Amino acid sequence: MPRAGLITAENNSDIDLEFTGDEDEVSTFQEELERGRHRGRRRDGDREKKKRGNRRRKGASKETVEGEEESQNRLEKRERRRKRAKRHQEARGRERDEEEQAKIKSGKKAKTRKKVKNEKTRKVEEKEEEEGEAGERNAKGKMKHGGAKREEKKEDGGKHTVKEKAQEVKKKKHKTVVETSSEEEMSEEANEDNEEEEKELRPESLSPEELENLKEAVDERKKLIQSLRGKPWPMKKKLVTLRESQEFVEKYEGALGKGKGRRLYAYKVMMSKKWMKFQRDFENFKTVCIPWEMKIKEIESHFGSSVASYFIFLRWMYGINMILFGLTFGLVMVPEALMGRPYGSISRKTVPRAEEASAMDFAVLWDCGGYAQYSVLFYGYYNSQRAIGWLKFRMPLSYFLVGVGTVAYSYMVVIRTMARNSNESGGGDDNSFNFSWKMFTSWDYLIGNPETADNKFASITTSFKEAILEEQESHKDDNIHLTRFLRVLANFLVLCCLAGSGYLIYFVVRRSQKFALDGLDTHTWWERNEVNMVMSLLGMFCPMLFDVISALENYHPRVALQWQLGRIFALFLGNLYTFIIALMDEINLKREEEMIIKYNISMWEASFYNSSVSGNSTAPPVIIQPADVPRGPCWETMVGQEFVRLIISDTMTTYITLLIGDFLRAVLVRFLNYCWCWDLEAGFPSYSEFDVSGNVLSLIFNQGMIWMGAFYAPCLPALNVLRLHVSMYLQCWAVMCCNVPQERVFKASGSNNFYMAMLLVILFLSTLPAIYTIVTIPPSFDCGPFSGKKRMFDVIAETLESDFPAWFGKVFSSASNPGLVLPFILLMVLAIYYLQSTSKSYKEVNVELKKKLQAQNEENKKKNKRAALKAQTDLEEARNATSQTAQQQQETDGDEKHASRQRLHHGTTGHNPPPPDHERRPLATRAPVPRPYHHDNHGTPGYLPGFSQQSEPRLYRVPSLQRH
Amino acid sequence: MNAFTVRAVNMTVRGRVMLLYMIHTHVSLRVQCVIHVPSAFGCTVQLFNKLTHVFFSLQDCTFFTRKEILRLHGRYHELAPHLVPMDYTKEPDCNVPLALIVNMPELKENPFRNRIVESFSEDGMGNLSFNEFVDMFSVLSEMAPRELKAIYAFKIYDFNVDNYLCKEDLEKTLNRLTKEELTPEEVELVCEKAIEEADLDGDSKLSFADFENMISRAPDFLSTFHIRI
Repeated sequence: MPRAGLITAENNSDIDLEFTGDEDEVSTFQEELERGRHRGRRRDGDREKKKRGNRRRKGASKETVEGEEESQNRLEKRERRRKRAKRHQEARGRERDEEEQAKIKSGKKAKTRKKVKNEKTRKVEEKEEEEGEAGERNAKGKMKHGGAKREEKKEDGGKHTVKEKAQEVKKKKHKTVVETSSEEEMSEEANEDNEEEEKELRPESLSPEELENLKEAVDERKKLIQSLRGKPWPMKKKLVTLRESQEFVEKYEGALGKGKGRRLYAYKVMMSKKWMKFQRDFENFKTVCIPWEMKIKEIESHFGSSVASYFIFLRWMYGINMILFGLTFGLVMVPEALMGRPYGSISRKTVPRAEEASAMDFAVLWDCGGYAQYSVLFYGYYNSQRAIGWLKFRMPLSYFLVGVGTVAYSYMVVIRTMARNSNESGGGDDNSFNFSWKMFTSWDYLIGNPETADNKFASITTSFKEAILEEQESHKDDNIHLTRFLRVLANFLVLCCLAGSGYLIYFVVRRSQKFALDGLDTHTWWERNEVNMVMSLLGMFCPMLFDVISALENYHPRVALQWQLGRIFALFLGNLYTFIIALMDEINLKREEEMIIKYNISMWEASFYNSSVSGNSTAPPVIIQPADVPRGPCWETMVGQEFVRLIISDTMTTYITLLIGDFLRAVLVRFLNYCWCWDLEAGFPSYSEFDVSGNVLSLIFNQGMIWMGAFYAPCLPALNVLRLHVSMYLQCWAVMCCNVPQERVFKASGSNNFYMAMLLVILFLSTLPAIYTIVTIPPSFDCGPFSGKKRMFDVIAETLESDFPAWFGKVFSSASNPGLVLPFILLMVLAIYYLQSTSKSYKEVNVELKKKLQAQNEENKKKNKRAALKAQTDLEEARNATSQTAQQQQETDGDEKHASRQRLHHGTTGHNPPPPDHERRPLATRAPVPRPYHHDNHGTPGYLPGFSQQSEPRLYRVPSLQRH
Repeated sequence: MNAFTVRAVNMTVRGRVMLLYMIHTHVSLRVQCVIHVPSAFGCTVQLFNKLTHVFFSLQDCTFFTRKEILRLHGRYHELAPHLVPMDYTKEPDCNVPLALIVNMPELKENPFRNRIVESFSEDGMGNLSFNEFVDMFSVLSEMAPRELKAIYAFKIYDFNVDNYLCKEDLEKTLNRLTKEELTPEEVELVCEKAIEEADLDGDSKLSFADFENMISRAPDFLSTFHIRI
């Protein structure tokens, strides 16, 4: 009688764990068991009931704990009550047993064949029946017993469990256990079950092997918890699974390990939990820290992803500028302001006497003159003293390194982002799924604005029409000569525009130099600000002109957009370079001026020295105010000022155009519409669209100017941060308030790297002149951190000489001699060449593989089609055969044909095939073929992981079986 | 929280302790977390455990952070203030019907809005509980992996829930995408082409395997199949 013993063991263990020392309970329970022992086959009903009993007892034990001292009397009473209840439950259990039995009998044949599917459906049915009475019990019982049961299940029925785990809910599994235990061959299983259960509940007695299993199970649960969010289950199931798994883990985690190891394990578990919590909090914190997320989301939902991509780009730019600002502010401006010599101590830090009166005027300050010029904002203010303050901060070195670091950091970030972008959008060029992609991925789920949605509908329709036209190959160019002519004409016009704008800028800069020589006071405001204004106006109107011209060309809108971008890019670049060339002219002028002043100063000093010498040494030395000392023109500060002015005027024009072009226009259109002859909103002026490409370009060029000028005006990054910050809010507001979504809605994903590439080009082009001036032009003699040196980069050599040990300098100088540098460069070139050639070959291999894959796909398609056809014909034949046999059976009672048909079935499929329809099941089951293992249905073609296995069409199993 | 505190005056001791606890820990998850807690609490300590437990459970099941879940709950409540109680202890389960969810600005313009909501609801009719609501936006969020999105995209495009995308499904999809501006012949052609491209096993309809194979190579799928909320 192993069964009875086992039951007691099970119960004992339960009692041990849950309410140690409650003697009465145990004894009553033993009595129950005595009775249960006689019931032989009714065992499973018993088990159920016992579970229920345990649960009840648990509740009772809690009560007793709360009540602490309870009278014996009450206990007995309760026992009696419980017994009564139990008897009642027994009866119920028996009833259910009988029900089950009946069901088993009815479906006996199916069961002997042990079709997994049938079993499953039966289970589902029964579960539904059971649900009513046992639903609540299960919900609670699961928590306590579910874990253990599941565990034992796993131990005994290896693959069975694994398979089911993959598909079934844990809840179901619990019931499966109950089910399977009601079958005949369960005795051994149950034996193991109970042993297992006992062992698990007493962790001290676990063998290492079982411990390992348990550990695995726990780990599996943990993994499940981790991957739960990626599971395509309905939410209820997820939550239930989560709770169960967590409870399981909590329950058995502590049981792992022994003695010291156990404590260590528990500690580890605790720490990992804490760590998880911390990580989660940190994640939460990080998402909170992303600025403007909500704003951008709102815009994205109104205008689609392309407009939002501009704002994301803007935010990214803001991040970069923040870092640049941190570098210059923290390592250059603040140290100089705090530790350097104060204002007024030396001539380069003082406003000259002649300008003192107007130094605080707003007009002068706005023009970056006066006090603004003689402050940390510009290059000229910095002293060439090698180390400043009590920290002995190496100011000139720091200045130089920050300048270099700014550029290096920008390169790094841009290139890294480009690489990441290209990784993300890798390989979307094959055209094999043209229509399906159009159908399933063309709708942008982000769109939440009716107008955008309308535009999107229209663009999708046109794209489908285009695709159909292309497919039909009837796409003919009606007049290719005219188109060509128009395109050439358009390009010619654009070139004219570019040349004209370049010349205009050159002319204006030259004129402004003339004005500057005359003295600024004699000219009007326009003449003083001509250069900046002309540049801004050109940047504003030329793109519109290009837009008009591009209408001639009749390109596909995407191609047209790229042409447009390229042209604007060329325009901006041309303007910028013209500006720089003009600036170089000015630098040369200043340097000539500087030579003269230098000579004058030496004369002046000599005369001063002479006078002091001649006037006897006893005379008090004449103290010269630093404001009176004659000084050079300091071309570096001039360059910095130019850039700052440019940035400011650019920002102003941007904002003003925004206000006038967008806001004012929107207001007029909105309110004049009530009293106007035609519909302003739908007709001519309408509302403005948000011009993504133009805005991105202006952002990029603005950044280029920052990179160019940051070396000579450390305040530029700060200014840019300010500008970006304001434009973030202003443009967000403007977009939401007065723009309409674009007519042609483009996806932003493809063009992201296009912008990045532009940024890289601009970065390169803007660092070129800066590096050129740093390397070739000697610094001014009396201003800036490098004054007195022949070249700016001499500061490195100086540091090497004086701050590092002698051997270091020697190593450095020997490493930098041409004999070493040239081979090194050669090596690098070779490496680049090698890498490039390998990448090229990889690309070729890639293309080859793609072709192969495509070919194989085609082949597969054909093969599959053939197989499907064959399967269909076979099926038809089989159907015919069955119908014939059925008829013949009705007519004659001969069994031979039926047998032959069965033999035929066995011959073709190897193992018993599922019957195509339900009517034939009794026939087919007559020959009980032992099935070696469960043939699970995850091989069926139509199976979708997220779906419950609902009424799968049988038809598809036949071809799948016949294929292998 | 204010409306809630007013109501809390009449609550049981247990409820008040819970409220205190929540205020204390700035949970402010309101009470919707209590839905998942089984109705019977042994004692308050247990309740606290459960609360913290459940507090994380939504985060474990979705791709959202706490803040986002809170915001989602705000939105959910906004949809049907009369249906969704702030106090979930009394009314443990509530569903918001399809018609209300579909009117959210995020979904309003979407041609597949009904299908989206239906495929995430348990009953298939489009009534969403808060859990399912969160689940929906979790799958449609940026963080969800491609495989998961593909599964639900398949469900969405499968109009007659038969686990296959057959020609009718494609036609419906296409008509919704183009607002029925294509002629029937064009629709026919496009559907045929699409099936021809993606169908691997030659049964002239798309199974999930076909669909996944096709969608896994689509360059725009991830960027278009997501909703920000």
